[in-house]
Amino acid sequence: MKALVWHGTTDIRCDTVPDPHIEDDRDAIIKVTSCAICGSDLHLFDHFMPGMKSGDIMGHETMGEVVEVGRGAKSKLKVGDRIVVPFTIICGECEQCRRGNFSVCERTNRNKKIGDAAFGHTTAGLFGYTHLTGGYAGGQAEYLRVPFADATHIKVPSGIDDEKLLFLSDIFPTGWQGAVQCDIQPTDTVAIWGCGPVGQMAIRSAIMLGAKQVVAIDRLPERLSMAKAAGAVTINFEEESTVARLNDLTDGKGPEKCIDAVGLEAHATGSIDTIYDRAKQAMMLETDRPHVLREMIYVCRPAGTLSVPGVYGGLLDKIPFGALMNKGLTVRTGQTHVNRWTDDLLKMILEEQIDPSFVITHRVGLEQGPEMYKTFRDKQDGCIKVVLTPGRA
Amino acid sequence: MARGVPRTALSGRSRSSHDRTAKGLGYFSIALGLAELLAPGGVGQLAGLDGDGNKRLIQAYGLREIATGVAILASHDATPWIWARVSGDAIDIATVAALPSDRSGDNGRKPWALAALLAVTALDVACAVGLTTEKGSHKSANADYRNRSGFPQGLQAARGSAVHYASVDTMRTPEALQPWGSGDAGSRRSSQVHDDTSTR
Repeated sequence: MKALVWHGTTDIRCDTVPDPHIEDDRDAIIKVTSCAICGSDLHLFDHFMPGMKSGDIMGHETMGEVVEVGRGAKSKLKVGDRIVVPFTIICGECEQCRRGNFSVCERTNRNKKIGDAAFGHTTAGLFGYTHLTGGYAGGQAEYLRVPFADATHIKVPSGIDDEKLLFLSDIFPTGWQGAVQCDIQPTDTVAIWGCGPVGQMAIRSAIMLGAKQVVAIDRLPERLSMAKAAGAVTINFEEESTVARLNDLTDGKGPEKCIDAVGLEAHATGSIDTIYDRAKQAMMLETDRPHVLREMIYVCRPAGTLSVPGVYGGLLDKIPFGALMNKGLTVRTGQTHVNRWTDDLLKMILEEQIDPSFVITHRVGLEQGPEMYKTFRDKQDGCIKVVLTPGRA
Repeated sequence: MARGVPRTALSGRSRSSHDRTAKGLGYFSIALGLAELLAPGGVGQLAGLDGDGNKRLIQAYGLREIATGVAILASHDATPWIWARVSGDAIDIATVAALPSDRSGDNGRKPWALAALLAVTALDVACAVGLTTEKGSHKSANADYRNRSGFPQGLQAARGSAVHYASVDTMRTPEALQPWGSGDAGSRRSSQVHDDTSTR
């Protein structure tokens, strides 16, 4: 089959690789009908996340049709079922899964020892996202093996476009969880850093959760225009001070709720702390660039909440923990507990409360995927979200 | 939808021909740098920079080459480092060009050294310009998505439309930690939300 394969820093190729097959009773194989490139895939493309090996198949936003089912998954899936695959692999049985904390499933990371060593305790296995999280093949391919398939799936009805459903795999529930973690009140101003795909979903989630005011922060006009379309007030941080404008918008008190939809590769050009981070990163003395975290801690209203759906990978420097502690801020983080939210989110899509396909800017075949990584990374051609369709010319 | 995607990448690959050239220049830079660092006499002879006094200078240039080469290979964006190589080329050319012609002219090494340097400089400039063009020529000043709300029933209908979903309750602030007094949260929250949405 064809698949997008990681070969090294910024080197992704569309290769022919062996087809996947059932390896365990609980597996299923799907024929991929649509998949997407996620912003967090760029952390792998640029090799900021450790634990990739040459030959790894990329991708964790995938949907398709079940073509083969292992004996242990037959009670929940059958050939022909249409499913979206959540990016977190879940067993559905461990203590964390039973509590709904799916992204920290205790069983699905088959490289648990590495996960334990890196994070103290392992997190869930993820598709196509380093050997720290199991080294599972990803879904930017013609076929995907879904481990623990009896639990790791979202069944979706026929008669509705892939494009409306595909993002149940990651960015829609991730933006939703980012907003829900804020416990939004009707009087709240919610500030969201980053207007990429997850930021766009977080903006719409905050609107639907009844925030009084949503403020979107980015530097790219096309992303800000998409944020404005959903009713957000926008701040271009290359044209004005984020902190000053947020204080202006909140009578000098700061936003009650802040969401970091940027993560470890902040692009705050010209800010002193980012220059510092880039220098330390180049010398391998720091893994991440946490400009957004620092700014959120600084500007958030005392007793407010910080929500961090943006991905961080390792060691962060110069975090103003004094401000965090003295202002009594609540911090909520985590990879997304996808299946915890998807029943509700699917209902919202079917009832036409939201159509997540608004975020798609580029549709190409799988073979064009490698070059789209670069287009997406460099924000060329108005690129915000790329959907790949195997078999499309 | 992909209106003007730049087709700079090699077929089925994320890297363009300029990316590959940059990688090659990175290895070349390290190899040349090691030669300058470890065998400054030999390199000096080839370039017409004879004499013990020039060995330190050649070794310093070698360190520069190694640093640039490592940066090219380690960085996810080689563009600034290829431009750094162009600057280094200018220094090298100036150094060789400044040699008195009677020191190198006899055996013809100076013109050859200059020609070699100019050839490498041309390759560096072509690569740097190519990478810069790939990155910068398709920025999206004209992309405008202001008609993409994502709300099929309109923005007003969307405001507050999801507050009743059961999943939201799982992330509520614990009762004991909720604000009290005349605050806007706590036990009054639910009725406030419903009042608010009913007026929309």
